[in-house]
Amino acid sequence: MIAIIDYDAGNLTSVARAVNHIGYECTVTKEKQIIESADRVIFPGVGAAGSAMESLRRLGLDEVISRVYRSGKPLLGICLGTQVIVSGSEEDGGTECLGLIEGKTRAFPHKLKDNAGNGLKIPHMGWNRVRVEKEHPVLKGIGEMDEFYFVHGYYPDPTDAENVLGRTEYGITFTSILGKDNLIATQFHPEKSGTSGLNLLKNFCEWKPC
Amino acid sequence: MLSKRIIPCLDVREGRTTKGIKFENNIDIGDPVKMARFYYEAGADELVFYDITASYEKRDIMIEVVRNVAETIFIPFSVGGGIRTVDDMRRVLLAGAEKVSVNSAAVKNPEIIAQGAKAFGSQCVVLGMDVKGVEKSEKIPSGYEIVINGGRTYMGMDALEWALRAQELGAGEICLNSIDADGTREGYELALTELISTSVDIPVIASGGAGTPQHLADVLTQGKADAALIASMTHYGTYTVAQIKDFLDEKGIKVRMKW
Repeated sequence: MIAIIDYDAGNLTSVARAVNHIGYECTVTKEKQIIESADRVIFPGVGAAGSAMESLRRLGLDEVISRVYRSGKPLLGICLGTQVIVSGSEEDGGTECLGLIEGKTRAFPHKLKDNAGNGLKIPHMGWNRVRVEKEHPVLKGIGEMDEFYFVHGYYPDPTDAENVLGRTEYGITFTSILGKDNLIATQFHPEKSGTSGLNLLKNFCEWKPC
Repeated sequence: MLSKRIIPCLDVREGRTTKGIKFENNIDIGDPVKMARFYYEAGADELVFYDITASYEKRDIMIEVVRNVAETIFIPFSVGGGIRTVDDMRRVLLAGAEKVSVNSAAVKNPEIIAQGAKAFGSQCVVLGMDVKGVEKSEKIPSGYEIVINGGRTYMGMDALEWALRAQELGAGEICLNSIDADGTREGYELALTELISTSVDIPVIASGGAGTPQHLADVLTQGKADAALIASMTHYGTYTVAQIKDFLDEKGIKVRMKW
């Protein structure tokens, strides 16, 4: 069973529908016991870092997520989930986060421009490519033509380049996939990224971290 | 770099699409869920559903459609038409839509944009704007006026001012429909699209007038749109999404080429 952590951060049923579609059972839950006894865990979310951390602490899920990570079970962060697994976020006037990977979630700089000098809009919303920086079982089959659906104004910036698995260009080059041990996290939404995203989710569902 | 999005728009009345597309041996299929799956597999980057059901009592049918679509496609889609309250928005989003669009309800009560953005986040709230070209005046300095009721009622609001106000209220995106170009298949309203796109900081989807791939190329470059809405040019099989994307790709416009 796959547990999808529910902490009042957006509509999480789309992740569940995608997981079901590729043939895996899952449950959207905030029950600590169910999460800790699951075979693998997905930590999604849409919204702001401050209120997300507040909800996680109130529900006692911050510690649950840390325990899941330490237990060695496959753990997948998505979007806001990804932004709060690092040490801290610039959002909401500075928010202390889970710190599973050392680093900071930063806001896109103002007045970003593309190569032709056109102003870029924030949030970064739509389809973009990912340059895979490091081979990883969950990224199997993902090439330079694959595109993923993003919606975000902040991005994770891990301190150690070791933890960078993929990068994306949008005015700047930012980390769009990061990982460490049994944890992998994407800034984009694999559940909304067509077959490329479903492929990544399927890889995650089959992943056996050593 | 972000890809420019190609977004087919499906009009739905009481659970059936009003323009059935021809596919699978040229059999018309008016089932919005099947059409959604067809466009998902054909390479659409996003879908827009517009509910034109007249009777309020029959609106629950659309919620069921949204739920079924959400189980069938794994790209973002938005739902508009008849959204009057934050509760209407909530129902559509909970049923599985990524975004919800408000049009005339926002014209009458702009606060619905702020309420929706606060409740669900700006990224969920699309402002639909129906616009007609008029003579420039003190009241309508841009020469583009907001209309409702399919263009029959002029609201005395300047389109540019409305776009900026909606952005300030928290709209995450604008779907800009030119009533003058709509249905002509002679091309998008480029000047209008460029005016709005370059004035706001949120993405703009151009709508109305698409007839050929060149029209899309024009509105995505000259018009500076972030996305282009299409309807009849693909519904009736004149073009496929892949043909449009191949054309844009050859012109050097970045679009998603693998799906």
